[in-house]
Amino acid sequence: MTTTTPHQAPDTEATTREAAASLAGVETTARSVAEAAAQPATGITGAQSLVRSLEAVGVDVVFGIPGGAILPAYDPLFDSHVHHVLVRHEQGAGHAATGYAQATGRVGVCMATSGPGATNLVTPLADAYMDSVPIVAITGQVPSAAIGTDAFQEADIRGITMPVTKHNFLVTTAAEIPQRIAEAFHLASTGRPGPVLVDIPKDVLQATTDFAWPPRMDLPGYKPTTRPHGKQVREAAALIAGARRPVLYVGGGVLKARATEELAELAELTGAPVVTTLMARGAFPDSSDQHLGMPGMHGTVAAVTALQKSDVIVALGARFDDRVTGELSSFAPEALVVHADIDPAEIGKNRKADVPIVGDAKETIAQLVEALRAEHAAGRTPDLAAWWVQLDDWRERYPLGYDWPEEGALSPQYVIERLGAIAGPEAIYTSGVGQHQMWAAQFIKYEKPGTWLNSGGLGTMGYAVPAAMGAKYGCPDTTVWAIDGDGCFQMTNQELATCAIEGIPVKVAVINNGNLGMVRQWQTLFYEGRYSNTKLHARNPDGSPKPVRIPDFVALAEALGCVGLRCESKDDVDAVIAKAMAIDDAPVVIDFVVGSDAQVWPMVAAGSSNDAILAARDVRPVFGDGQV
Amino acid sequence: MTRHTLSVLVENKSGVLARVSALFSRRGFNIESLAVGPTENPDLSRMTIVVDAESQPLEQITKQLNKLIEIIKIVELDGGAAVQRELLLVKVRAPLAERTQVLQTAELFRARVIDVNPDTVTLEATGTPDKLQALLAVLAPQGIKEMAQSGTVALGRGPRAMSGAGTLRPVERTA
Repeated sequence: MTTTTPHQAPDTEATTREAAASLAGVETTARSVAEAAAQPATGITGAQSLVRSLEAVGVDVVFGIPGGAILPAYDPLFDSHVHHVLVRHEQGAGHAATGYAQATGRVGVCMATSGPGATNLVTPLADAYMDSVPIVAITGQVPSAAIGTDAFQEADIRGITMPVTKHNFLVTTAAEIPQRIAEAFHLASTGRPGPVLVDIPKDVLQATTDFAWPPRMDLPGYKPTTRPHGKQVREAAALIAGARRPVLYVGGGVLKARATEELAELAELTGAPVVTTLMARGAFPDSSDQHLGMPGMHGTVAAVTALQKSDVIVALGARFDDRVTGELSSFAPEALVVHADIDPAEIGKNRKADVPIVGDAKETIAQLVEALRAEHAAGRTPDLAAWWVQLDDWRERYPLGYDWPEEGALSPQYVIERLGAIAGPEAIYTSGVGQHQMWAAQFIKYEKPGTWLNSGGLGTMGYAVPAAMGAKYGCPDTTVWAIDGDGCFQMTNQELATCAIEGIPVKVAVINNGNLGMVRQWQTLFYEGRYSNTKLHARNPDGSPKPVRIPDFVALAEALGCVGLRCESKDDVDAVIAKAMAIDDAPVVIDFVVGSDAQVWPMVAAGSSNDAILAARDVRPVFGDGQV
Repeated sequence: MTRHTLSVLVENKSGVLARVSALFSRRGFNIESLAVGPTENPDLSRMTIVVDAESQPLEQITKQLNKLIEIIKIVELDGGAAVQRELLLVKVRAPLAERTQVLQTAELFRARVIDVNPDTVTLEATGTPDKLQALLAVLAPQGIKEMAQSGTVALGRGPRAMSGAGTLRPVERTA
């Protein structure tokens, strides 16, 4: 590692409000460094004011690429203790900031120049917006006088990013830089977290100004509700206490609020089954007997069906996404819904909430635990024995599983399962989007928060490698595995050069099936096997089925300064993973050449009812309706 | 579909109108009229937005609007609980022979003449959208050369205000 500042694990005790008070959830040591940096200064440039502001707010790393309009900022950055990681593409900077934020709980920062530099950040901003990740993007803009003239490298990035950021600013004077930076970090990290963009014209960076910290923030319209309404909480507790088939439906908000301890308490108290969404894997230990796994399109039969047959759904920091509910009109028809979320606009958006609770998940769950204790003390303790008999039956009859591909090809699920078993629950896993993502969500056992990072809402292929880079930078003592598909990997693998040069030893498992696997699966199931434009491998000119390796991922890895390994048989899987685990001074890429016809199961076809879940191809579960 | 009038206090900053209007278009809502102007507080502007929407999606859009950082407060002003006015400027064909008729119509609708020339008369009228529609219907046979109509502006009836003591209840700040 080439870092100079200490990295700490996120303080799980910090509440959102405390995080707000410290502007960005900055820990004590970082704060003392920041305080030293926050000395007032006069007659400095806007660029210096920007860098001082970043120091003062506690930033330890910025992922970015310089260019014309942002160039003034890179001069004082050269002398700052804020480390800059020079990425190879701005999209990498954005996802790295996201990975860093997801792994550490702190605000991730990325920087780019005007025009194409800024527009390359649009995808990661949209990604962070959909997954509520706190990142701040700082972009250079053409000089104020040139704005609106179609100047060289001009793009209206504020206008472009309005729908994909929580908020954005165009800074018009150098004097306001500290205030805008403080506001950006405050907005990004509090309430429902999200990305904030600060666009600064070049002349503003070059202007002379004074610096003072902390600046006064002026956000009169921003008052996130963090404290839940007591009456609503008591109503929810009464509903839960009277439920016969309750389910705790846990979403990413529980991780964002660092509320996993409270969740564990609630789960224990209620004895209810828990399902964790794609964004919440790790919020509740997979080893717990109460955990039914992931709900949704590729969730477990038990998790999907538990929600479907429940009488009370307790949604905690979840948003009833279409991938979870399936056809909305037939989702959980008998359930009353307690919906707790920090964002009032999520409540009732897709599914009517019978008991809405607006508040921070940590506080809400803690209060729910108290209210539920009162219910129990009053003798209202539900008997969930019959429900559990039913759930256990589904779980036993329809466990997650997979078939081995024909012709002796390697099973991708097996590779991912072994990777999870060998790297263990302490490691951080990132993934791209597609089959490998679903298998990584299904077959790795997550025990801890912040160990599963993926692009859930936007579904951004290419997320894995740069996000792993950001996560590894933020958690240098943790093993970080990017589980990627060969399609995804070809979108952002250039950041491995960054990892190699910066000394960020991530590990990448390329699940190489030579295809855009998830799309191919849909073509198999819904387009009569017409594989239009999903084959990534070239045909062998001699007509043999053995593919030509374009690119050769081992050679590519080595060209990017990484160790390249390949595995093509079951017998080698453990050994090659162990070999990769033993390398800690360079990034490692393993090319796992797997069968191309493996499929993700269970599956609810898009737009179908969750009642129509298939446990495997043509396997329709029998639910034994009405047993509870 | 029903007509809703939202009165929205926003920070007086550049870009706010773009955020608000983009939010409506993104969710597939058509804004029927929109008026923006200063308020008693120089830091704030008031937007009066009239939309046709079902109540349920309107609640969702109000919640989304509330999430915009620069929006201070939203109140729905509807029915008898609010006064609503629009301003109409209309240039009507009015040669001398027919002028009396135009002026009598103006009188009936309490419209004022603000410009006269040998061929036309320009009238200024304020009122509810219904009243202005009625006026236009009467003037139409005369020949409307050109017109400009403002969006609706509205205030709640009674002593209470959107900001300050005894404020009007905001729409769905919390669910």
